[in-house]
Amino acid sequence: MLELRNLSYEVAEESQEKEIISHVDLRVDDGRFVVITGPNGGGKSTLARLIAGIAAPSGGSILLDGEDITALSITERAKRGIGYAFQQPVRFKGIEVYDLIRIATGNRRLTIEDACAYLSEVGLCAREYIHREVNASLSGGELKRIEIATVLSRGSRLAVFDEPEAGIDLWSFQNLIRVFEHLRERNSGGSIIVISHQERILSIADEIIVLADGHIQRQGPRNEILPTLLGTAAATPDCRAAREAMGE
Amino acid sequence: MIDEIQLRLLREIADLHGIPEGAYNIRANGEMAGRATTANIDIVTKTDKSGIDIRIQPGTKGESVHIPVVLSKTGLQETVYNDFYIGADSDVMIVAGCGIDNCGGQDSRHDGVHRFFVGPRARVKYVEKHYGQGTGTGKRILNPVTEVHMEEGSSMEMEMVQIRGVDSTVRTTTAELAADAHLVVRERLLTHGEQRAESVYVTLLNGAGASADVVSRSVARDHSYQKFDSRITGNAPCTGHTECDGIIMDSARILAVPQLEANDLDASLIHEAAIGRIAGEQIIKLETLGLTEEEAEEQIINGFLK
Repeated sequence: MLELRNLSYEVAEESQEKEIISHVDLRVDDGRFVVITGPNGGGKSTLARLIAGIAAPSGGSILLDGEDITALSITERAKRGIGYAFQQPVRFKGIEVYDLIRIATGNRRLTIEDACAYLSEVGLCAREYIHREVNASLSGGELKRIEIATVLSRGSRLAVFDEPEAGIDLWSFQNLIRVFEHLRERNSGGSIIVISHQERILSIADEIIVLADGHIQRQGPRNEILPTLLGTAAATPDCRAAREAMGE
Repeated sequence: MIDEIQLRLLREIADLHGIPEGAYNIRANGEMAGRATTANIDIVTKTDKSGIDIRIQPGTKGESVHIPVVLSKTGLQETVYNDFYIGADSDVMIVAGCGIDNCGGQDSRHDGVHRFFVGPRARVKYVEKHYGQGTGTGKRILNPVTEVHMEEGSSMEMEMVQIRGVDSTVRTTTAELAADAHLVVRERLLTHGEQRAESVYVTLLNGAGASADVVSRSVARDHSYQKFDSRITGNAPCTGHTECDGIIMDSARILAVPQLEANDLDASLIHEAAIGRIAGEQIIKLETLGLTEEEAEEQIINGFLK
């Protein structure tokens, strides 16, 4: 179980402190699939970074299974089972897809076959990708799915996905949705937090949180929240999102 | 004849766990420690100076030559001249390299001067590894000079590797290419401590259709210094590309000097150079996968230099 207590994050802007996250209280129970949505600039990605330990809060605390992890490093949180998928996956010269998955599993002797299984889960034809370098030769959609595979292969207790739909083409987007639907179906025990504007991702959530101006505006089961979002920017149908993703 | 230290050096520089297959010449502490020739590959000791001539018959295919050099005696300084005559239409692999173990207080130095005469349409894969070890205060110094003459339609792939342990290196490589000859150079370098490494590549594309791709990937740590100086001259319709990709860490320095000279309207030449620290987000990504910052750096460097 993840708990955020009175969590705040401030940045200095033109010699003034600006609150990006403001006194947020949130609880994510085990086994839940939670989607955080809301307008751009509302603090969603910052919240994800605070949970992963990439950013340090200016106030409040973060608890995982009752343990205060606020002061723990990224590495220590990862070892406690927090996974984090980047909105913009990182590229590496010389590091292969297999290397990343091997590192993610923590198993030095990971077989190619086992590594391939994780790629198949995200809809990639494993043999074609396993020895590819994680560099600019891969498309945005491919990198996204490899990014998700690295998080899946950790078997995280809590996995946070920061806008998985951002920056990919329509074809990749359709595949990506299926990956999350699949993930939703087979999830056992661990919790998943996805930051998304996507109607189809929102429609598989157990719970939806609307974050705007650093505050939680609304929060509740999908049935209650989703109808209030439809037709707004917080829940875009596929094609609009895809067009936006392609920068049109 | 070969002792434990020398065996370890051989493993590092030539992946040799024993006596290699095919033709070889092992030089240990300035003396010949083993040699084998084949029906197609002859190795002869030079009479006028220190070194060997390696003659590969035209049409020799799928054979290899190993010519490792190991130094385990402190204070040994030598210059060795090796000439390779590679016959037309052959396809061979040549593994060179030098390992120095210096436990003493005097400098150990090996300067290998290699000349390659690559015959028409011959294909050569050349691997050269440098490695140094030992706790002595004496320096480990390697100054390889490589001269490559490539005839029409020949191709050569050179892999030059120096990872750790060598205090001072000036590597000078010159190549001249006739028509339709192709040269690929892949240099990988890691320096640390107070080490200095300079690489100079001069590539002359003299024949129509010649091409060269000279790429260095390097990591400089601690207080080390590297200079990469690569010039491609196009004297005919040709294509050339040279690239330096460097990671700096700690207080290290890298100077990259890519140069192009086009003397023909149809010479198409490109250079690229990028130097910088490890991207912060790369470390963060690996930390989210459970690695510490140090482990993440190690993985990034290992991948980069792979």
